[in-house]
Amino acid sequence: MLTPKARGPLSAAVLDSFHGSRATAGWDGQEASDEDDLQLTLWALYELAYRGFDDVPADLEWDPGLLALRARLEEVLEERWRRRAESAEVADPFAEGLMAFIEADDGPSVATFVKREATREQALELLRWRSVYHLKEADPTSWTMPRLPVRAQAALAALQYDEYGGGDPARLHRHLFAVGLSESGLRPEEGGYVDDAPAVVLEQNNALSMFGLHRRLRGASLGHLAAFEATSSLPSRAMASGLRRLGLPESMAAYYDEHVEADAVHEQLAVRLICGTLVQDEPETRGDVVLGAFTCLDLEARFATWALERWSA
Amino acid sequence: MTAGEGADGRGPERPRPDVVICPGGPMLVFGDLVVEDADGEQHRTHRPVSAVCRCGRSASAPWCDGTHKALPPKLRP
Repeated sequence: MLTPKARGPLSAAVLDSFHGSRATAGWDGQEASDEDDLQLTLWALYELAYRGFDDVPADLEWDPGLLALRARLEEVLEERWRRRAESAEVADPFAEGLMAFIEADDGPSVATFVKREATREQALELLRWRSVYHLKEADPTSWTMPRLPVRAQAALAALQYDEYGGGDPARLHRHLFAVGLSESGLRPEEGGYVDDAPAVVLEQNNALSMFGLHRRLRGASLGHLAAFEATSSLPSRAMASGLRRLGLPESMAAYYDEHVEADAVHEQLAVRLICGTLVQDEPETRGDVVLGAFTCLDLEARFATWALERWSA
Repeated sequence: MTAGEGADGRGPERPRPDVVICPGGPMLVFGDLVVEDADGEQHRTHRPVSAVCRCGRSASAPWCDGTHKALPPKLRP
């Protein structure tokens, strides 16, 4: 993957530092000019921890100057997400309460739009935006694995093993999505459409990375997972149906078919055996599990609102 | 309490069950097994954990497809 286009002065300076034309320290007083500049900067900094950029030295992942800037941007977003989630409440017993909390979500659905009325161009646009996450599907949650008590860890390992194709590279979920993209005439390379993604899509990705990379936020990482999986089966059925209506390749629809069934399993694992046991074993994580679940639902609602407005214009 | 043991005492020393009934939802089954449906047709699991439909409305029967969530609480398993 090559570095994306800058979206403002801060992201431009960070990309310059990646390429060696600016120091990686000395960020005092340098602020993002807007939401796009903020989200893209943080997204690029996080990407150093995954498969990175072909044109950026690997050792910048642990560069103290870049980590200090990342921490400053993370503080802004964590404060924002905690403020938004303040009124979120989950009843006890926790697993049942969390399932009910997620089920009560009534945010707008891009999947329903794709099923009924999207044009082919709109569906392809959605796939390009979704590719930012789906091409590294499940990876952010893997960071959380070594930070968990025994029961939650065993259940998360079972879930991730399925995400990673049960050991079969041909069934690995991010690979299935890449094949679908390619057969749809889109570029399957990771990060290939970052320049097309609106700030809110980058914010969704940044939430996953932040929750995954900090042990302190392991509860939020797993709460996000639970909400993501438990709002996936029925929308995936709608997506598959819409993609077939539009005549997109069978492999792209089959990616969503796989998620109808897989995520019907994963939501039970994530809510009951992962989040449920985590909160029993480490009760101090309860608030952050709710924060993660709320943030997942809230950011998807913000994305869907943005996308549906754009398409109705 | 030892590390990882639950507040309810249900720690990891208890073996994982092979089947977990999810209230209002499917039945989770662990491992590789064959499910025979009501018509006598056999379906082999193809993932480490599978969810068997209990509401009778799944379009992917015998596997759960989340349809139970669209049912009123009274009709859920």
